[in-house]
Amino acid sequence: MSLAWILLLPLAGGLAAWIAGRWSDLWPRWISLGTALLHLLLLVVTWGVFFAGIETGQGAWLMVYKQPWIPQLGISFHLAVDGLSLLLLLLASFLTVLAVLTSWRSVTRSVGFFHFNLLLILTALSGVFIAFDLFLFFAFWEISLLPLYFLIGIWGYENRVYATTKFFIITQGSGLLMLLAILGLVVVHWQTTGVMTFDYLELLGTPMSESTAFWLMLGFFIAFAVKLPVVPLHTWLPDAHTQAPTAGSVALAGLVLKIGAYGMLRFVVPIFPQAAADFTLIAMILAVVGILYGALLALGQTDLKRMVAYTSISHMGFVLLGIFAWNELALQGAVIIMLSHGFSAAALFMMVGDLQHRTHTRDLGSFGGLWTMMPRMGGVGLFFAMASLGLPGLASFIGEFLVLMGAFQVNVPLTVLASVGLVAATVYSLLMMQKVYYGARTDDWKLDDTSGRETVIMASLIGATLGLGLYPQPVLTTSGNALAQMREFVDKARTPAARAAAAEARKEDAVASVTPDGGKRP
Amino acid sequence: MNPFGTLTPIVLLGVTPLVLMLVISFRRNHALTAVLALAGMAVTLAVLPAAVGPSGPPAAPLLVIDAYALFYMGLLTAATMVVVVLSYGYLDRAPGNREEFYLLLTLATFGCAVLTASNHFISFFLGLEILSVSLYGLVAYLRTTRTALESGVKYLILAAASAAFLLFGMALIYADLGTMDFTAMTSVLAGKAREPSLLLLGGFAMVVIGAGFKLAVVPFHMWAPDVYQGAPTPVTAYLTTVSKGAMVALLLRYGQYGGLLDYDSVVAVLALIAVASMFLGNLLALLQENIKRLLAYSSIAHLGYLLVAVIAASREGSHAVTFYLVAYFITSLGIFGIITALSDERKEADEVSDYRGLFWRRPWVSGALSLMLFSLAGIPLTAGFVGKFYVLAAGVLSDLWTLVILLVVSSVIGLYYYLRIIITLYLSPLEDPSAPLSATRRFSLPEGLVLAGLTVLLIWFGVYPAPLLGVIQAAIGSLA
Repeated sequence: MSLAWILLLPLAGGLAAWIAGRWSDLWPRWISLGTALLHLLLLVVTWGVFFAGIETGQGAWLMVYKQPWIPQLGISFHLAVDGLSLLLLLLASFLTVLAVLTSWRSVTRSVGFFHFNLLLILTALSGVFIAFDLFLFFAFWEISLLPLYFLIGIWGYENRVYATTKFFIITQGSGLLMLLAILGLVVVHWQTTGVMTFDYLELLGTPMSESTAFWLMLGFFIAFAVKLPVVPLHTWLPDAHTQAPTAGSVALAGLVLKIGAYGMLRFVVPIFPQAAADFTLIAMILAVVGILYGALLALGQTDLKRMVAYTSISHMGFVLLGIFAWNELALQGAVIIMLSHGFSAAALFMMVGDLQHRTHTRDLGSFGGLWTMMPRMGGVGLFFAMASLGLPGLASFIGEFLVLMGAFQVNVPLTVLASVGLVAATVYSLLMMQKVYYGARTDDWKLDDTSGRETVIMASLIGATLGLGLYPQPVLTTSGNALAQMREFVDKARTPAARAAAAEARKEDAVASVTPDGGKRP
Repeated sequence: MNPFGTLTPIVLLGVTPLVLMLVISFRRNHALTAVLALAGMAVTLAVLPAAVGPSGPPAAPLLVIDAYALFYMGLLTAATMVVVVLSYGYLDRAPGNREEFYLLLTLATFGCAVLTASNHFISFFLGLEILSVSLYGLVAYLRTTRTALESGVKYLILAAASAAFLLFGMALIYADLGTMDFTAMTSVLAGKAREPSLLLLGGFAMVVIGAGFKLAVVPFHMWAPDVYQGAPTPVTAYLTTVSKGAMVALLLRYGQYGGLLDYDSVVAVLALIAVASMFLGNLLALLQENIKRLLAYSSIAHLGYLLVAVIAASREGSHAVTFYLVAYFITSLGIFGIITALSDERKEADEVSDYRGLFWRRPWVSGALSLMLFSLAGIPLTAGFVGKFYVLAAGVLSDLWTLVILLVVSSVIGLYYYLRIIITLYLSPLEDPSAPLSATRRFSLPEGLVLAGLTVLLIWFGVYPAPLLGVIQAAIGSLA
C-alpha cells in the first residue's frame, strides 16, 4: 500500500471542503468530518497490521516510499512510517476529527476556507511525521505554519493579528536557522563522502568535528525548542493560544508542539549523538526551568485560556527532560506524555472554548459556581484537571512517572526539581476547578450543559486518556521498536571506540575540506 | 538559409520596434500596436530554441549567442510579453497617445537582449544605453501627472550619471588590461600578478557603481522608491524585473570572465553592498504605506540576497542566481500585475489600505496575491522558497556563513511587512459602508489568463523545480 494516501486524503478533502463552502456552510463540515474519520480509520487499520507485524518480529519500518524529487540536489520524496510516526499520526488524525466537531457551531464565517486550513494542518503535520528527507521535512514543517497563520488571523479573538504575526515570525525565523543547519549538515556530508543528499538515513552518522556538530545541532535544537516550547523561546505560545479559535488551539497544543518534541527525538539526538550528549545537562536544565516556570506562570494567570497555555509549557518540559535523558524508560515516557498532553490540552482548550462560546469571557474572575448549572462540563473539567496533575490511572501519570524514573538515572537533583513541578500542577489544576466550577456564583448566567456533540467529544478524550492510563502497553510496544533502533544507533556512536573513529574521520574531513571540489574557478 | 544565423533572436527583437514605428506612423491603433508587439516577442521566443548552435560560437565579435544568453533572452522576452498584456489595460484608461509606449518597451527589451549576449564592453555599454534611454521615456510616459515627470527626471539624471561612472570604469580596466573583450580578459588576467593594480581596482569600483545603480542596491538605491511609485505600474514591473534581470545576466558573465570575483577586496565590497541592501531594504520597507514603495524596498533587499549568490560564484552560485531570478520574475510580475489590474481610472490601488478585506470580495485574486507575497517571503510550495533555499545552499557551499546568517536575519525582518499586507487582505472590510471601495476593477480576459498562468508557474516551480533546474544547468553549463 502506498503511503501517499496519508497526505493526499486530507489534502483532497480540504480542497473539496473549500469548494463545497461556496454553496453551503454544512457540506464543508461533513466533508471534513468524513475525511478526518476516514484518515483515522485507515491509520487504525494500519496500526492493526503493524501490531500484528511486531508480534511476528518485523523490523522498525512499516512502510517506505521513495521517489527522486530534485535529483540535481540529492533531494528525494522519501516517506516512511515507523512506530513513533504512527502514534503521532494517530494523534493528529484523532484531534482533527475533534477539531472539526468542536467548530461545528462556533465557526460561522467562511466555513469552507476554515476547514481547508484545518485539513491542511493535518496534511502538513502528517508530512512532518513521515518525511525522511530533510528538505521534505522542512517543507512540511513550514507549510504547517500557513494554515495556522490563517486560522489565528481570520477566526481568532480580539488581538489576533498581533498574535498570529508574532507566531509566524518567531517560528519561521527559527525554521530558517534549522534550514541553515540542514544545509550545513548536507555540505559536511558532501565534503566527506562526495555525495550530495538530504536523505535522513544517509545523513545519520555523518562524521564531523565537535564544534561543527555543536553549531549544527544548535540550529536544529533552537527550531524545535521554539515549537516545543522551551522557556526563553516560548513567548509566542501564550499569545497564539489565547487568540486562536478553539480548533486552532487544539491543533497548536495537540499537534504543533508535538512536532518540536518529535524533531528533538528524531533529529537532534540521532544525527548529533555526541554533541547532544555534551548538551544533555543544559537541555535538562532548560527542561526543568520550563516545567517550573510554566507551572508558576499558570498559577498567576487571570485568563483561563492563557493559564491552560502555560500548563502546556510545563508539560512539554517533561518531554524535553525525557528525550535528553535518553534511556528506554525516559523515551517511552516522553512519547506517552506527547500523547497524553495531546488529549488533555485539547480537552481543556475545548472546555475553555465551550465556556467562552456560552459566556463570552475567559476571565477567571468572572467565573465561579458553574458546577450547579453544568455538572457534566464540571465533571469533564475535574477529570482533565486530575489528568493534568498526574493522577495515577490516567495517561499523564504513566508518562511523567516513566520520565522521572528515566531522568533519575541521569541526574538526580534535576529530577527532584522536576517532580516539584507535579506539586505545582496540583495547585494550578485545583485552582482552576475552584475558580471556575466551585465557589459562589458571580453572575446570573443561564448556561446550558454540554450538548450531545460536546459530550461525544469529551467522552472520546476521556476514553483515550483512561485507556492510555490503564493499559499503555500497546502504545509502548508500538513505539518500542523505533525507539530501540534509535537508542542502539546513538549508544553505538557514543562508545569510546566510535569517538576515536569519528576523530579519525575528522582528520580526513579536514584534508578534504581544503579542496572541497574542482567546481570553483582557479 | 537564414542569413542572420544565430543572431536571429536579437535581430527579431530589433526589428519589432522598427515595425511598430512604421505601423504607428500609418495607423494609430492601440490594440493593433499591442498585438504586434506581442507577436514580435512571440516569434522571438519561437526561434530561440532553434538558435542554439552546436557549440555556441561568437556570432559577431561583440556578442556571444550561447545557451546562457538564449535562456536569459527567453526569460526577458517572456516577461516583456507579460508587461505588454498588463500595459494594454492600464494604458487604455490613460489619456494621450498610447502606441509609442510599446515602441519604447520593445526597444528596451532589445537593449536587454544585447546585454545578455554581450561579450565586450562596447556591446555592454550599447545595450545598457538602449535600455536606459527607453526607460526614461517609459517612466515619464504619463507626462501629464507630476509624479511621473518627477520620477522620469530623477531616473534620467541618476542613470546618466551612473552611465558616466560605468564608462570611466571601462576605460580604466582597458588601460590596465589592454582589451575590452571578456574572453580575452580571462587570458590577460591569468598572466597577471595575484594582486590587482590600482587601475584595475578603480575600474572594478566604477563598474560596480554603474551596475549597482541599475540593480538599485544600497547605496545606489535612492532613485528606486520614488521611481517605483511614480512610474506607471507596468513600467515599475518592467524596471524591477527585465531591466534588473538583464544586468544580472551581464554581471554573471562578466564575473565569470572579467575577474570581478577573483579579488578579495572586490568581493568584500560586494558583500558589504549585499548586507547593506538586505538590511536597509527590509527595514525601510517596514515603514511604507504605499505598496509600490514597499515593493521597491523589498526589491532592494531581494537584490541583496541575489548578490550573496553572485558572491558564491561557484557553479552552484550561478545556478542559484538564475533560479532565484526566475522566481523573482514570476513573483514580481504577479504582484505588480495584480496591482495594475486592480487599479481603475479613479485610483491606483497602491495603498496597503486599499486591499483591506479584499479576500471577502475577490477570493481568487487575494489568494493569488497571498501566494505571491508568500513567495517573496520564501515560504515553501512557492518558487520563492526554492530560490531562497538555493541561494542559502550556494552560500553554505562556499562557506559564506556570515553572509548567509545575515540573510536569514534580514529575511525574518522582511516577513513582517509581507505578513502585514497578507493579513490586511483577510481583515473584515472597512466599517464605513459608504466609503468607496478601491481595488474593484474586473480583470480583462488576457489579464486574468496571464495572472493565473503566473500563479500556476509559481506553484509549479515551487513544488517540482527539477525540470527548470535542468534547463538552467544546461544554460549555465555553456557559460564556462
